Order: sequence, then structure tokens, then C-alpha cells
Amino acid sequence: MPTKTHVQTRLNGEDIEFLCEPRQSLLECLRDILQLTGSKEGCNDGNCGACTVNLDGRIVDSCLVLAVEVQGKEITTIEGVATPEGLHPIQQAFLENAALQCGICTPGFIVASKALLEAEPNPSEARIRLWLAGNLCRCTGYDKIVRAVMDAAGRMESAK
Amino acid sequence: MTPAYEPNMVLSTKTYDVVGTRPIRHDGADKVTGQARYGADVYPSGLLYGKILRSPHAHARIRSVDTSKAEANPDVRAVMTGQDLPETIDVPGADRRVTLGELSTDLKYLREGILARDKVVFKGQPIAAVAALSPHAAEEAARMIEVDYEVLPPVTDVREAMKEDAPILHDDLKTEEFGEKTGKVSNVASHFQHRLGDLEKGFAEADVIIEREFNTATVHQGYIEPHTCTVNWNKDGRVHVWNSCQGPFNIRDATAEVLDLPLTQVRLTPMEIGGGFGGKFEPYGEPVAAVLSKKTGHPVKIVMTRSEEFESTGPTPGSYIKVKMGATKSGKFVAGEAYLAYEAGGFPGSPVSAAAECVFAPYDIPNMLVDGFDVLVNKPKTAAYRAPGATNAEFASETVVDELAEKLGIDPLELRLMNAAKEGTRKSDGTRYRLIGCAEVIEAMKDHPHYTAPLEGPNRGRGVAVGFWMNAGLQSAVNLALNTDGTVALTEGSPDIGGTRTSIAMQAAEVLGIPAEDIRPSVVDTDSIGYTFGTGGSRTTFATGYAAYEAAQDVKQQMIERAALIWDVDKDSLDMDGGVVQSKSDPELKMTFKALAAEMNDTGGPIMGRGAVDPKGVGVAFAGLILDVEADPETGKVEILRATAVQDAGKAIHPSYVEGQMQGGTVQGIGWGLNEEYFMEPDGRMANSTFLDYRMPIALDLPMIDTVIVEVPNPGHPFGVRGVGEVSIVAPPAALANALYQALGVRMDKLPMNPGAVMEAVWSRNK
Repeated sequence: MPTKTHVQTRLNGEDIEFLCEPRQSLLECLRDILQLTGSKEGCNDGNCGACTVNLDGRIVDSCLVLAVEVQGKEITTIEGVATPEGLHPIQQAFLENAALQCGICTPGFIVASKALLEAEPNPSEARIRLWLAGNLCRCTGYDKIVRAVMDAAGRMESAK
Repeated sequence: MTPAYEPNMVLSTKTYDVVGTRPIRHDGADKVTGQARYGADVYPSGLLYGKILRSPHAHARIRSVDTSKAEANPDVRAVMTGQDLPETIDVPGADRRVTLGELSTDLKYLREGILARDKVVFKGQPIAAVAALSPHAAEEAARMIEVDYEVLPPVTDVREAMKEDAPILHDDLKTEEFGEKTGKVSNVASHFQHRLGDLEKGFAEADVIIEREFNTATVHQGYIEPHTCTVNWNKDGRVHVWNSCQGPFNIRDATAEVLDLPLTQVRLTPMEIGGGFGGKFEPYGEPVAAVLSKKTGHPVKIVMTRSEEFESTGPTPGSYIKVKMGATKSGKFVAGEAYLAYEAGGFPGSPVSAAAECVFAPYDIPNMLVDGFDVLVNKPKTAAYRAPGATNAEFASETVVDELAEKLGIDPLELRLMNAAKEGTRKSDGTRYRLIGCAEVIEAMKDHPHYTAPLEGPNRGRGVAVGFWMNAGLQSAVNLALNTDGTVALTEGSPDIGGTRTSIAMQAAEVLGIPAEDIRPSVVDTDSIGYTFGTGGSRTTFATGYAAYEAAQDVKQQMIERAALIWDVDKDSLDMDGGVVQSKSDPELKMTFKALAAEMNDTGGPIMGRGAVDPKGVGVAFAGLILDVEADPETGKVEILRATAVQDAGKAIHPSYVEGQMQGGTVQGIGWGLNEEYFMEPDGRMANSTFLDYRMPIALDLPMIDTVIVEVPNPGHPFGVRGVGEVSIVAPPAALANALYQALGVRMDKLPMNPGAVMEAVWSRNK
């Protein structure tokens, strides 16, 4: 009897399919099966945000989503943020503001920040801090991350 | 003069072309796109997954281990126990110590911590391991291993552990007293003393004496990336380790020692590292994955869970501390006495000796006595954590200094400045300071607009504190290889945790007179570069940067020689400055770095520069913090209103990443001060081993962290660099305690100062 489930989904703009065990999380499948290792495992229990992905327009911790649940859905991971033309303004702002040190939390912060700025183009500092409360960073003390998101908001606004 | 406020200020004394600028880091694009490969992102062919079975008891004898059910699992490929690691035979007189970053340990204890043989001394200590086809199968199979334990009473409090009738962790461990082994078996692994001047005479001269006791909880480094390793025991007997670590050579050496292999049989490839803070200097899974790989013939990967991280790695010690200080009416410190008892965890090796060096280090005190105790408790063996040992000790001394300032009626920064250590001041260990920036840091705090800004409203307070950390030098190697387009490949052995590829490349670029972007830095494996001590001790930009400077000088000399060949002149008649080689006498003879690089292969072939250093001119570090808080006297909740961190960097090579270290260290210190703690159950289990329950600071808890970089150049480095990574964590808990005193009128004597602790202090004040 087969032990794996067939899943079709849209990932970073491509229709894809894969086989997984029903107990495997989306994070495991992204990393171990689909070889998209940009989403990171920091806790595997939904408390650090290093595995944040966008699922049908909402940010989720991919370690808390079973892979079989993404059937027919649309996912964007960190690998889907930049374009062939170059980095996303948030990515550029993170670099120019030195908003990363070790970088392990960075993919999650960028995916989460992108969802914020797409919904609210001009958030306050307090709003950014609340939105990013689900993403842990142990290196930066958050100062430069918050500044990078404010900077990115300005860049995205002026690019319109 | 008070400077105009800016959130991030750099008080430079000297400027350069590249050093002191803020280029985009070389690994930046990789790290914002998800391309950077970290420890867990390794997938060699035929990969198996390892899982470690850990002790559910904090203290127990192992009667037997039965692996038969796990072995019968069809997905399992190998099972191992402590019996599969080489046995440690005690050779009298032989030194079997293994260096682990800023700390070191005995080989026997290192092996027992990796896989126990007869006894476990903390909950979470590894006992056995399996390799299986998937992580889930490995986890299931590990649970099928049956262990028969004789459970023993645990001791998890440092003072309880020092008592005569305490449960003994190691029957064979005899207390070391002042460097000599005694015959006494106890949980005190060692006791030492620093003495300076005449303590009794000092206290006799004092008009005001303050003596206080402090307790601090065990805390964890809390890096976001768990420990992970992948090991392939190749058919030729060579062992290849891919992991995420601070010290590739340190862990290569320790892994080889544990496995009884020659160093050359182990190659370690450091992947990108997701934070360390001192906690990634020790081998945990590496020797286990190696043996499982040998047994199965396949590479084996082990990734720790977050709970395994809390229960089996790190932490930094809890402690019991007494500090007594005396000052004259005019404010001169005349005597300081400290008693420091630090948890080692299950095996000896707490950072208490560093704590003893730090406790009074910011001050010139003629008479001092410091007693240090390294004490075994049934908790994970402690590892280094950012300025290891200093934060506990200086939390105690800096709150006593604040109380002295109050009693003397002197401004707390003014009192610190009056007593600030300077060049020539003797520390408690007897050594004298070279040029330091302690007074300059305190002056910059006094001058900052934050210090004199109004702070209105009830239950609000402003606190200050100063911290010291010694920093490290040690060995580093850098190779440079010139390309014919004038770019330069730089190879180094220092894992880049916070932008050091760039701060190292910038130092080579400065010497060569080329942009930082023209240097291409790579962190390479242990077969590909000279011995390099790990990224820790705030040493990387200092020491590996020094090696890059030396390597660039080597390239520069060779470039001059090539130009001399082309022009047929004596090389001593030429000079290279600002990226141009030119004659000292003939203005016609002039060539840019790029033009000369294009001639490389026609003038003798490859140009390579070599830097290999062990610099002794380490520049110690001072940092201070001004902190405003508002405390709720009904709930004990503390809110941070404003923070200004001040630090002497010597010279900030890349100021943005120096600011980042200051901000990150400050916030770790705030977490330690307010929240973080191992809640221990009476049976020795940690009750809060998840991020949810351990609760590190989140973005919402904090304001912006303003910074002031002071530059008092270190004479021991070509650009004046001191290390900047660690010292910023030291002052925050004391600054918080001092701010809470201003806000609520209570003196805090324990960490963390969580709502419960604040309310207890408020209630006892009201009694």
C-alpha cells in the first residue's frame, strides 16, 4: 500500500507536484524534498518565524503546516522574492541598512515584511514591531531590521 | 561639549579610505535570497538521519542499555552507545585537556558529555543514537532503546551543591584549591583567589561600605539555528564534517581527539552559521554522526531540536555572588571584595576565572580580594556566552557602585569617572592595563543628550552601568590571490557570524588601495587554510583582520617587485600608496594596481599574499549603557523607554556592524536582565525548554537602541581595532537594576528581574 500522498500546488509562480508522507510538514517538504533550503528551521514549533512563508496571501510558519494541506494553494518562499531583474526593495534595504548579522532569521523577516508592506504601504514603527513580533532575531536587537522595513516602505512608495 | 543628537554616532579620531566606511557585505545577496547554505542545508548522496536518545533524569546511574528493539526496526541502519566511543584511559601526568573556544575541558568529560557510559549528570545528556532512513524513523527508533536507570537525587542550585552533604556528581573529581589538587571529593571543581594590596587596610580607610548578595539564573545563548552536523566517514578512512560552528579548527581538533584519530584524518567544512554567541565551540553530534557513518557506510546528519538545545547545550551559568566595596567620603574606591560561585553544569569548566578578572575591572581599586568557585550542578555543561562570566559579576558590582554613588551623593557617572581604570592601572589579577578607553566611554555617556534629557512621569527611572571584557587575540591565517583584473581572492578560516568577511576584506583593501568590493572573501575548510582559532572572544576583526593586513602587505611588496622588474629599477626606489605603484624619484614611473595586476602572468606568474598571526596586543573593551524604564508597581512589568549604548571600538572598521554588535548585545543583556531563565523542577528537569516559554526579547518589547562608538585606538593593531562582539552584553542587567531603583525605589539583587521578582521587591519595600 502506498504510504505517500500526491500534492499539487503553486510554488513561487510555478505549478509543481510532489509526494510526501501525511506527517511531513510543509517546511520539511520544502527543504528535504523540493530542495528549497532558504526557509530555515529554528524551533519546529511555530515560535521563531525562521520558516515563514506566504500561503494564499497570509504569512504562516511552514513548520506548523502539514504539506498535504497545501494542495491547490499558492506559496511564496524567500526564493520567490527576488526577480530576474534583481533584488526586491526589501532585500536591498536589508543589505544597505546592515539589517542582518548571522542571517538565519533573514528569510523569515523578509517574507513577513513583504506581506506587511503589500497590505500597508506606510506602517508606523510600532506597527512594524507588532507585525514582526512572530519573528525572532537574536543578533541585531531589531533596530536595523525595523529601520530597513521603514526604508523599504519608502523605496516601494517612490517606485510606484 | 554636548554633541547634537543622532541615533548612531561615531567619534572618530582617524579616518581612512576604506576602513570606517560602510560597504554592503560580500555575502549579503546570498543571505537575503535564501541562497546561503547553513549547517542543515547539506544533502550529500545517500544521506541518513541520526537521532540521539537523551537521559530523562538529571542524575542517574545507567544500569543497562538495550538497543535490540531499535536495531530490529526496518528503517534503522545503525545504533550506537557510549561504548562505541574510545574509552578514556587516565594516564598519570598526561594532559588530556581539550580547548573549547574560550573554555577548555578534560577529554574524559568531553566524551561522557557526548555519549554517557555509566552515569548521567544532567537531563538531556546523550546515551545512545540511531541512524535511519528519515528523521521521523530515527526519532521513533531512538524511543525504542530501553535504558535501565538507578535514579539519584539531583542538585541544581550552586549553593546547595557546595554543601558537605550534597549529592556528588563525580566520585573521581577532587577539588582543586589554588591550583593544587586536594584529596577531597566534592562538587567544587576548583577554588582560586586574586589578591591585590591589603584588603583590611583598604576597608579601614573607607567612609562608606556597601555589601550585597546576588543570585542570577541560568540562561541560554539562544542562537536561532540549532546545532547541526553532517558527517561522512569515507572508505579511505578520512572523516568529512559539515557543520555550523564558531571554531572549525577547534571542533576538528576536539572531534579527532574524541575519536582518537590523527588531526589530518578529519576535515571540517564550516557552513554558514546561524548565530553562536559562544555556544558553538564544542562538538556535540559530530563524533556521534561520525561513528554512525562508519557503521552504515553512509553520511549521517543530526539536527538538534530546540528543546535539545536548551536541555543539552550551552547554557551560561547561574551564580551566587557577594560583592563588598568601600569608598572614601570624597568618592575614591579603596577596597573591593567579591565571592563568585558559578555553576559549571554537569562537568567542570564554568567561566568563573574570567568573571574574577572582570568584576572590578572598570575601576582603579588599590585593595582587592576575589574568590572564585567552579561548582558542579545537575544541569547541562555550561558553554561560553558573549563575554562569558562577566555579565553576572558586573551586574553585582555595578549595582553596588550605584548604591555607593547614592550614599556618597555623587552623580553615578561622575563617581565612575573619578575611579575609572586607565593606562597602567592594576587589575585584580595583578596585570596592568595598556591604553584603554574606559574614561572616554564614561565621558561620552555623560556628554550624550540622553543622560540629561528630562524623564518625567511616575514609576520611571534612568539607570547607567559600565561593562568590561578582556577580548582575545590567538591564531589566524589569511591567503590572498591576485587576479589579472586586479580583484583579489581572500581565503580565511573564521566563520562569519556578523559581517566579518567584509570587515576583514576591508583591512586588506585599505593596504592595497582598492575598493572593498574588489576583494572576494571566502571562509574555507580546514584543509584549505592555516590554523585559525574560532570566531569568539571578539577576536575575528582584530586577529583575522590583522592576518589580512599582513597578507596584503605581502601582496604589496610583490607588486612593487613586479613594477621594479618592468621598469628595470631597484625595488627600494618604488612605493605603493592609494592603489598606485610609483617611483620615489621619477614621476613618469607610475602604474595603477589594476594595470600592474594585468602584467602579473608576464612578470613571473601568480602573486599570493600570506598572513599568519598570533597577535599579542589585544585591546580590552569597555562599554556603557544609559537606560530609561517605566515599571508598573501593580504588575511588575518593566518597559524599556530609551536606550543608548556607548562602546570603545578602538577603530570601527565597518561602523554599521559595530553598531549591530552593540545593539544585539544590549538586547541580549536586556533579555537576561528582565526575562530569561531556566525554570528548574525539583527533579532537575527544565520546565521551559521552548522559545515560547523561555521568551527571548521580540521586536515589540524594545525601542530603537541608539549607539555611540568611541575610538581609542588599540596600539596592538595596525588600524587600532579592539574586539567589539561581546562587551555590550555586560552593562544592561545592572543598568536595568539601577533604573528600577530610580523608578520604584527598590534595589534588585537577582536575575532575571521578571514581574515576580519586581513585585517581591516592591512588597518587601512596603513592609
